[in-house]
Amino acid sequence: MTSLPESPGAKRLGLVIDLDICVGCHACAVNCKEWNTGGYPAPLTDENPYGSGTSGVWLNRIHAYESGEGANSRTVHFPKSCLHCETPACVTVCPTGASYKRAEDGIVLVDEDLCIGCKLCSWACPYGAREYDHDAGVMKKCTLCIDRIYNENLEEVDRVPACVATCPVSARHFGDLGDPDSDVSRMVADRGGYDLMPEQGYQPTNKYLPPRPRRTEAGDTGAAAALTPVAEAGGFLGWVDRMLSR
Amino acid sequence: MPQPERTLDRHVETSPQVADEVKYTTCYMCACRCGIKVHMLDGQIRYIEGNRDHPINRGVLCAKGSAGIMQQNSPAKLSKPLRRVGERGAGEFEEIEWDEALDVAAGWLRNIRETDPRKLAFFTGRDQSQALTGWWASQFGTPNYAAHGGFCSVNMAAGGIYTIGGSFWEFGEPDWEHTRYFMMFGVAEDHDSNPIKIGLGTLKRRGAKFVSINPVKTGYSAIADEWLGINPGSDGLFALSLVHELLKAGKVDLEYLVRYTNAPWLVLRDPGGAEDGLFARDGDGNPLCWDRTAEAPRNALEADVTPALKGEFTLADGRTAIPVFQLLAERYLDGRYDPDEVAERTGIPAATIRRIAAELAHAAFSEEVVLEVPWTDWAGRRHERMIGRPVAMHAMRGISAHSNGFHTCRALHLLQVLLGSIDVPGGFRYKPPFPRPAPPGPKPAGRVGEVGPNKPMPGPPLGFTQGPEDLLVEEDGSPIRIDKAFSWDAPMAAHGMMHSVIANAWKGDPYPIDTLFMFMANMSWNSAMNSAGTIDMLTDKHEDGSYKIPRIIYSDAYYSEMVAYADLILPDTTYLERWDCISLLDRPICDADGAADSIRQPVIRPDRDVRPFQDVLIDLGARLGLPGLTNEDGSAKYPGGYPDYLVNHERKPGIGTLAGWRGDNGGSHGSGAPNPGQLDRYIENQCFWRDELAPNQRYFKHANKDYLDYAASMGFIDDARPVVLQLYSEPLQKFRQAARGHGPVQPPEIHRARVETYFDPLPIWYPPFEDLETDDNDYPLHAITQRPMAMYHSWGSQNAWLRQIHGANRLYVPRAAAARLDIGEEDWVWLISRHGRIKAQVRLMEGVNGSTVWTWNAIGKRAGAWNLAGDAPEAKRGFLLNHLIDDLLPERDNGYRYANADPVTGQAAWYDLRVRMEKALPDETAVSEPQFDALPLPPGMAKRPSMLRYGAGFRNRGTKA
Repeated sequence: MTSLPESPGAKRLGLVIDLDICVGCHACAVNCKEWNTGGYPAPLTDENPYGSGTSGVWLNRIHAYESGEGANSRTVHFPKSCLHCETPACVTVCPTGASYKRAEDGIVLVDEDLCIGCKLCSWACPYGAREYDHDAGVMKKCTLCIDRIYNENLEEVDRVPACVATCPVSARHFGDLGDPDSDVSRMVADRGGYDLMPEQGYQPTNKYLPPRPRRTEAGDTGAAAALTPVAEAGGFLGWVDRMLSR
Repeated sequence: MPQPERTLDRHVETSPQVADEVKYTTCYMCACRCGIKVHMLDGQIRYIEGNRDHPINRGVLCAKGSAGIMQQNSPAKLSKPLRRVGERGAGEFEEIEWDEALDVAAGWLRNIRETDPRKLAFFTGRDQSQALTGWWASQFGTPNYAAHGGFCSVNMAAGGIYTIGGSFWEFGEPDWEHTRYFMMFGVAEDHDSNPIKIGLGTLKRRGAKFVSINPVKTGYSAIADEWLGINPGSDGLFALSLVHELLKAGKVDLEYLVRYTNAPWLVLRDPGGAEDGLFARDGDGNPLCWDRTAEAPRNALEADVTPALKGEFTLADGRTAIPVFQLLAERYLDGRYDPDEVAERTGIPAATIRRIAAELAHAAFSEEVVLEVPWTDWAGRRHERMIGRPVAMHAMRGISAHSNGFHTCRALHLLQVLLGSIDVPGGFRYKPPFPRPAPPGPKPAGRVGEVGPNKPMPGPPLGFTQGPEDLLVEEDGSPIRIDKAFSWDAPMAAHGMMHSVIANAWKGDPYPIDTLFMFMANMSWNSAMNSAGTIDMLTDKHEDGSYKIPRIIYSDAYYSEMVAYADLILPDTTYLERWDCISLLDRPICDADGAADSIRQPVIRPDRDVRPFQDVLIDLGARLGLPGLTNEDGSAKYPGGYPDYLVNHERKPGIGTLAGWRGDNGGSHGSGAPNPGQLDRYIENQCFWRDELAPNQRYFKHANKDYLDYAASMGFIDDARPVVLQLYSEPLQKFRQAARGHGPVQPPEIHRARVETYFDPLPIWYPPFEDLETDDNDYPLHAITQRPMAMYHSWGSQNAWLRQIHGANRLYVPRAAAARLDIGEEDWVWLISRHGRIKAQVRLMEGVNGSTVWTWNAIGKRAGAWNLAGDAPEAKRGFLLNHLIDDLLPERDNGYRYANADPVTGQAAWYDLRVRMEKALPDETAVSEPQFDALPLPPGMAKRPSMLRYGAGFRNRGTKA
């Protein structure tokens, strides 16, 4: 079993994902794949890539759900990657110390040199966020792009996770959720951001922003339920006459 | 025992080297043309990301663009020129050298050019170099040229350009920053992909309302405030019902209509006369309006007229004339457009239509956007601020791909114009070089006398017809072009009709051809209607054993399904291996705030014996001695290939393919002498050029003096006259008058009634043709496709990453409709149209119109193609709807069969399809149908890896050396 940091720092880096505007385009998933297949967990192996039963390692996956019925049904696109929990079971279950949580920023990482591929962590993770690389025999997972966010070879503006940099609708945000004054913390406060399955007690760092209320009723935009026909003599064309001769 | 953290060495290299070199270029994973930064490490691509400074994508990159590494790495890349050795379609080839391949091609083409240039049909698919390919066709002398627009979006282009002098997507965009109310109609999720996503994110954060009108609720529609799951093909009726509501309530912008549109122009009412329905004009040809002050007709183009919008006026010659606006009001105030009347047909409740109309009016007239930017109109009048009606719209393929799409697109523009929301703050905005006159020149070349042996055509093969005299028809009214574009079958076929070429060439209707030359067009598969029939046509022979289509040359970078059906294959490079140009002469990357163009530069050297198609075309042109491609001494004019052409070719003096850094020192933009250092300047500037408009030029471009002067100086328009929005389209009426027996060029008898019906000068709605051809009881369902955001047509299927997202499409079926047929999740069903039947696997869905089934486009693959394994899910479970879609409409009384297309533009009517569904029998195998023989691999294909470890070599990379 692996210990959590004895004195976790205040900094909790993570993602805030806005489900109100995520269109499910997979940009974040593929950009994550291309960054990380050459990055810290390289490679993200693809088995049988041009045949049937293709199975690749992806650190970020997009799920789509429908709820409700008919015209009132709702379609939600739901990107999911490691949530970098405050008390991650994937770490405490790890028999070798491969899976660990960093004290300095809260990122949960796998040290592949220590990983024996026992998969206990993937059983322990309630979010299904871990990816086993059959070819390498080790577990892989979101690193929050640890080789981008501190990378001095990149311009400062680029030091964010690949999924955040590439998201076309800007539904993904990166920052310190341990700092209540950070942009991401404020966003969570303003929009009612929430934890996934908080009852599990793992205190995920990543937050999701819920869809905004839809406006489909009369009055929602300030407009009436219907327009009122012009009452002038001569009807609409009479009104045109009057309007033009003002 | 727990592992104590402090005992472990936890060194993580947080600053690994990312690149030896970063190269900028332009993406081509779809038609969006985003700027990308390609990080190269050890001679391989380490990472591709969006270019933050680029006007199209501003740093973001979609799934397709991010998968560019796998496109470059694909084992489906062709590697050397191929010559067919077996039967056509058997996929048996031998490798040949380039010199031989080009000699063979030049030999075939030379013979054609010396005898009858029409016998070359040159059609390019998802081409982004039409400024070159169209011009090349003209130099060769064949009118038989087009790209893929005829089966993609010509209804949107033509509907827009003939109405407002611009169009959705290519030539305009919503004012994402200011709009309060945004309506999106039938948009494919792979079109304009990043700008739309950036825009939707922006407007939703601002709290604007987003309404999506689409039978299917996926991607964009899923985040809409309101989704209207309209019945396919009824959007025009919905739009005209909104027009009805707005007119009835007086919620139209009369001032805008008087200033900027032809609403006040007088239309002659002279039933039976030659000029009935045309504009009343003065002696100089200017349109007339009725001036309320002078109480007399006046030139409607004068700045100080006070025109009437209603009334019936008698002109000096005694004829009667009526303002456009009155005709329009009378038509759309009619009760047949009342929401109660259209609710059933559209599937949208009357109360919803009324509410949407009220919301549009509220946004337009109660939430005006005011920008404190003074501007000057075309007549020199200064306006202290820019006032806008913040209603914006966007529409694409769901409108376009119906046989009523042209008029539906016009109906949407009519709605926008009545609200005064074209090129105003918060509205729909033109992108330079648009607006242009509606319609602009030039007209299509290839008329009688313009085509003959060894001579170039006097103009481009595609253009905008303005009346019957511009058609490409013989004296007897029969088509001049092989695809019948610009004939009475499709008089305004501005993008040509690629979808008709193979069938017409096979039939010899209107005449047989010699060589079919295609580029990047998967016409034996997902780009054809009636794919199986098309395969038969490509392989069909005369009794003497010769092929009905004698020769086929094809260029593609990959082993697509079409390769097996060609006689000569000219292998293209990938987009990362070549020069390219996204030109203002073609489909540029401009945005509403600036003119822009861009290039691709090679960022990686090909490891195969392949050549960029554009180089090949220029080489062939020189071998053939085409006038624009050879010097007077017969030598090649562009020996340096495409980059040489990009820099040195001038379309007219000073105007070339690239607008940036022209002139002696690269100091001229727009026009200027060729600059030998031009491409270097592009590379220095991240491979694009952009000229930002001043704030006072950014809106009201159709009537903004400073913008119009600029546009004229840049060569976008011939002169700085304002562009008047054409609610009433006189070119349509001219065709209709010809059908009524007027003028020197009239349709043959068989076409008259059709032309008269569909060339209405005001927008009309009629049911999609397939609805009229099929009985609702036999074929109760609509069947359509959508484009996934993570895949572009065929080209994504061999991409190891993208195919993990979309590897096998399902048939999405409304849950209630499935329940009625006892069909459950993952069941197999037969889908049956009047043309054919396919077998597919079902997925149930709520967010879909109750009478519509749909699937993702172009995911199904033929076994063996694209170097996928024969049992790949794309082939075994994936499927195409194409097999259900007839390329022709049923026979008319006179035996004639029109293309399955819009009668105005010839746009392929993919989404008209009607079907019924039957549950497959339990003993029917779990494989999609139809299945075809697996294609064998041609010589030179890479071996498919069974394990891909891309990037392994980049692991544990230290910090920068």
